[in-house]
Amino acid sequence: MTSHFAIEARGLSKHFGDLKAVSGLDLDVPRGEIYGFLGPNGSGKSTTIRMLCGLLTPTEGTATVLDTVVPGDARRLKPKIGYMTQKFSLFGDMTVTENLQFIAEIYSYDRSGRTARISELLEKYDLIAQARQLAGTMSGGQKQRLALACSVLHHPELLLLDEPTSAVDPQSRRDFWANLFRLAEAGTTIMVSTHYMDEAERCHRLAILDRGVKVADGTPRELQSSTGMHIIEVTADDPYHAQEALDHGKHIASVTQLGVRLRVLISETVSDPLAVVENLLGSHGVKADVHQTAASLEDVFVAVTMPPEERAA
Amino acid sequence: MKSHSRLLAITKKEVRQLRRDRLTFGMIVGIPVIQMLLFGFAINMDVRNLRTAVADQANTHLSREFITKLRETQVVDIVEYVDTPSELNERLRIGAVSVGVVIPADFDRRVIDPARPAIHLLVDGSDPTIANIAIQLRNMPIAFDTGARQTRVNNIEVRPNYNPERRTPVNVIPGLMGIILTLTMMMFTAVAIVRERERGNLELLINTPVSSAELMIGKVIPYIVIGMIQLALILFVGDALFQVPMRGSVVDLYLASGAFIAANLALGLVISTVARTQFQAMQMTFFVLMPSILLSGFVFPFDGMPRFAQYLGEILPVTHFIRLTRGIMLRDAALAELYPELIALGIFTVIAMTMAALRFTKRLD
Repeated sequence: MTSHFAIEARGLSKHFGDLKAVSGLDLDVPRGEIYGFLGPNGSGKSTTIRMLCGLLTPTEGTATVLDTVVPGDARRLKPKIGYMTQKFSLFGDMTVTENLQFIAEIYSYDRSGRTARISELLEKYDLIAQARQLAGTMSGGQKQRLALACSVLHHPELLLLDEPTSAVDPQSRRDFWANLFRLAEAGTTIMVSTHYMDEAERCHRLAILDRGVKVADGTPRELQSSTGMHIIEVTADDPYHAQEALDHGKHIASVTQLGVRLRVLISETVSDPLAVVENLLGSHGVKADVHQTAASLEDVFVAVTMPPEERAA
Repeated sequence: MKSHSRLLAITKKEVRQLRRDRLTFGMIVGIPVIQMLLFGFAINMDVRNLRTAVADQANTHLSREFITKLRETQVVDIVEYVDTPSELNERLRIGAVSVGVVIPADFDRRVIDPARPAIHLLVDGSDPTIANIAIQLRNMPIAFDTGARQTRVNNIEVRPNYNPERRTPVNVIPGLMGIILTLTMMMFTAVAIVRERERGNLELLINTPVSSAELMIGKVIPYIVIGMIQLALILFVGDALFQVPMRGSVVDLYLASGAFIAANLALGLVISTVARTQFQAMQMTFFVLMPSILLSGFVFPFDGMPRFAQYLGEILPVTHFIRLTRGIMLRDAALAELYPELIALGIFTVIAMTMAALRFTKRLD
């Protein structure tokens, strides 16, 4: 029986001694989608991905990946998944082609189609010029393309990517995402962890993790419309003083400076948020343009990761 | 069939990486050759030319004759003459000489009196080899062509079988073979696997369909070949430079070496499952190497060691291998006659392999 979901996890937890890296995680990742995993460093993203591919045994809970229970049946799962580690894990002392050949052999890729598949990947991932270069001597972006090429060589149904873009420049990131969309269109389910908001925004669906707990999930749009916060944008000539005026004011949940603008989060339970901000600014003699706006993913992130007492401030 | 090709893929990759790693490649040839040159030429256990000082308080015709005979043995090299025994002690203490000979003033009378020692030997006991040799000097016959009665000394003639000329390299090189293979086999395997862990390659590999057994065996195969190459190299250098005999069968020696290499690779695998860094792997290799040199019978005679040390020595694969190599190369023993050593190596390999397989899982936790 084939599930509609590529990944289903219930109450997945991993404790390292006293450290609860992941607690009680429920996940439903539909097939053929790009599913984002957003969270700061140490929020449990890598641990979760490692549990899902059977590298770590969950302390509690269960996970079914491509209709296979992990870590129990991880062996059966391996040929169907591709995994790109956070750190470059290919062989630096072998050339690009040699690395691809090795991966093809390890996955017992059909011998007659091997050479054609490798040339196809070299072309698709723009590595033709580097084909004979030692992998260890390439740039961050080239290494990342090689790692992606290796992880998709055997046509996996599910691709798990652990912070794939943390070591590359913005142009490489854009190209990388173009590749991911192409793979998703061809039917591959992709789970990608990141701490970049702009990347999270490109995902079909995402989960936000904070200290090992899933604090929100849904499509980016759903998340943006359900923050439970008013978003007020304040444009001031003197943002520093404006921030001082607002920082510890009544009802203000958070203030974030973006250039000359401030984004102010106020709980939805407050009926007239604009008046709250204007009064606070006025009482400190700060002149500013104040208007309400729609939530960005960054606002969502700030809202869902803040402690409850600040939320209700 | 599929598994077969995955194993081959790992081996192929390992060889490819090894070829590019000049340092390791150099060590494969360099370690055996350099160690053989060092040990073969430098270790000399038949002691000659011990620096000696003499205090001849008699200074008679007889005492001078005795000194001449002493010099003729070539065991001692008389470098100075002093007046009193206390001066001899002084020379010994500062290390200027290793042996002091005191000839008492009444030497002539003592020679014919069996109840009293004619000569006093002062020996630097801080070096065990020198002490042993000097004790043998005690048995030197003191025969004089004077009218005095012949002194009868029962000196035992020792005929060293298998190494009649008492050349040290003949004894050292079969043992050194074991030490070199222990060092290189254990270190190369342990480091090769730990390096992949350190570089993150292992996280990629364990996410592929490759199994633990394929991974381990595939990585180890090239090192078995390297071990055999090193063995050939040692035999060649041993024969060419030190004329170490090869009295038994070469096939037997290679079979014995195969068992020994397997034991060391298994131990290397165990180390690789414990060590987190290459540096730790090296340290653990040396932790095994030191007792392998000292407790295996390579340096000190096994029978002379305390019981406890002998038990420890029996655990080490190299102890059994040295018995095999000395047996095959020097005594022309057949492998079948030395079967207890082979069984010991087999048991060691099985235990170590089981430990490694149990510890090495395809998981990170």
